[in-house]
Amino acid sequence: MTARATEPTKKKKWAPWSDPEAEPFIRLVDVSKRFGDFLAVDNISLDIYRSEFFALLGPSGCGKTTLLRMLAGFEKPTSGRIEIDGVDMADVPPYERPVNMMFQSYALFPHMTVEQNIAFGLRQDRVPRDEIARRVREMLDLVQLGPLAKRKPHQLSGGQRQRVALARSLVKRPKMLLLDEPLGALDKKLREKTQFELVNIQEETGITFVIVTHDQEEAMTVSCRIAVMNQGRVVQAATPTEVYEFPNSRYVAEFIGDVNIFEGRVTESGADHAVIGAPEADCRFRIDHGISANVEATVWLALRPEKMVIGKTPPEDPTVNCISGVVWDIGYLGNLSIFHVRLDSGKTVTSIRTNRSRETELDITWEDRVYLTWAPGAVAVLMT
Amino acid sequence: MFNRLTPFNVTALAFGYAFLYLPIVILVIFSFNESRLVTVWAGFSTKWYVSLFDNTKIMDGAWTTLRIAFISSTLALVFGTLAGLALARFTQFRGRTLFSGMVAAPLVMPEVITGLSMLLLFVALDWTRGIGTITIAHTTFAMAYVAVVVQSRLVTFDRSIEEAALDLGATPAKTFFVITLPIIAPALVAGWLLSFTLSLDDLVIASFTSGPGATTLPMEIYSMVRLGVTPEINAVSTILVGIVTVGVLIASVLQKRAALQRIADERLAQASE
Repeated sequence: MTARATEPTKKKKWAPWSDPEAEPFIRLVDVSKRFGDFLAVDNISLDIYRSEFFALLGPSGCGKTTLLRMLAGFEKPTSGRIEIDGVDMADVPPYERPVNMMFQSYALFPHMTVEQNIAFGLRQDRVPRDEIARRVREMLDLVQLGPLAKRKPHQLSGGQRQRVALARSLVKRPKMLLLDEPLGALDKKLREKTQFELVNIQEETGITFVIVTHDQEEAMTVSCRIAVMNQGRVVQAATPTEVYEFPNSRYVAEFIGDVNIFEGRVTESGADHAVIGAPEADCRFRIDHGISANVEATVWLALRPEKMVIGKTPPEDPTVNCISGVVWDIGYLGNLSIFHVRLDSGKTVTSIRTNRSRETELDITWEDRVYLTWAPGAVAVLMT
Repeated sequence: MFNRLTPFNVTALAFGYAFLYLPIVILVIFSFNESRLVTVWAGFSTKWYVSLFDNTKIMDGAWTTLRIAFISSTLALVFGTLAGLALARFTQFRGRTLFSGMVAAPLVMPEVITGLSMLLLFVALDWTRGIGTITIAHTTFAMAYVAVVVQSRLVTFDRSIEEAALDLGATPAKTFFVITLPIIAPALVAGWLLSFTLSLDDLVIASFTSGPGATTLPMEIYSMVRLGVTPEINAVSTILVGIVTVGVLIASVLQKRAALQRIADERLAQASE
């Protein structure tokens, strides 16, 4: 694995999605897809920008693969419009689209060698023979498969097949590369390594990548923006940090990472602060920013486990957000410890602590009374 | 209980094999008999093989059979593949159940009925019966076998391989010929061989649909047997048994080698990890 390129230009914030002037590269307008009675994709509108690494994330059956297949041209939208680089794709068959796809099963041609697999796309375009040879060589170098060029797919390991599939889909220099669960068949270590390789290749080639995955860590690692999908709809499309720290709904908060959610009722709502009572937590949540809900409204409070500080003594300042309970369960992961704390209301919350010092025994143990505190900005207030 | 060679096992094995192969062994032995009488041994001789090659009736029959088998199995391969493709790929069209039932029907239809119905058709059409009509009849029932073989291969075919070809710029027609056909080639070969064997072996349908001047080898043998079994027939049969044995031996050697190759490939894949 090579280190991620960090030239000064890359450090500049690149966010065309927040620039109203920017021209989207791929445009989905009110796209729906119906299979019989089943609405697989429900009226999705999305803009994807040039050179973006975009992830479609959701549970199985949420319509993410159908959306990807519509971009590739294998499915026709029931209604709506798909534009790639300003061209309406409605009547363009898959073999004429400037788009290539990497399949979940890799779909390598079993009767061809690695070299022939990669050359296949170029041969269809009648690229001159010596140019094919050169570009195939380039691709083999990019994915580090040079010595295996003459092997057939069944003579390769899973990781090598995955790289052949990637090389084959990149060799035509498509305007957009679609990746359907590209790392699903690899084991955990190899998957993590390959995620970074994918990012490097994407940055080197500058091709727009759209990846479908159900693995939220994978989506967060590789992509510029994530569209979290549920039941054929995009619930939130934003950067990994926004999706994690500022989810727009309970669905997103719960889908991405672990979270503790409390139902609350707004008791105070000002321009720069709010107070929300949560009976389950037996606590009044103090928020240091204004919220869009009025007094008496019901809201949900999402608190990430790592945002809470766990301690055995109550905070001295009574205005600090704090809940208290009894340690019910401890999970020791080496780098982290996970505490399941049962509150007096009977609700269990999860708290994570980084193990900063080396100890043979944790200072907090089962059935200890503990106090969980957090900063006023740590909670996400959700309306739905 | 049956893991060891007990006297009971050995006896069962001996009886089983004797039951299967004794008739064939006797046939082979008597094909080398000096005597004209089939059941009386009078010394070793290969004269019946020599006279066999002088017997124009048998040689003509063999040649006719081979031609019919070759043409009908090739036609059956084309039509059967198309039918199998339709059955495997178009899972929803009006009358699919009827179509799939009708494709499979010749597999279970008594040969006499197939033969008779073919005869009636050719009579009604007023076609001259001969090699052509036998070929058509054989194509008809052999394509059902090909369709079933091809369909079952295509059901397990990973369609994303074809989609990958489309995605890389190959038209649907090109994808079919460059990707799909080479991958399902083993099933096509199996289907062709099956059709070829069925056609070689067929007596009933050929008898119904043949005309003057078109006599296949099985028909020839059958008519000769009615006049009494001659050592020549034993000789012909021995040659057929020989061909089949060689074929089976080659197939199993190839299979064994393919299996060894696969194991070697898997080792290679693991070693290069």
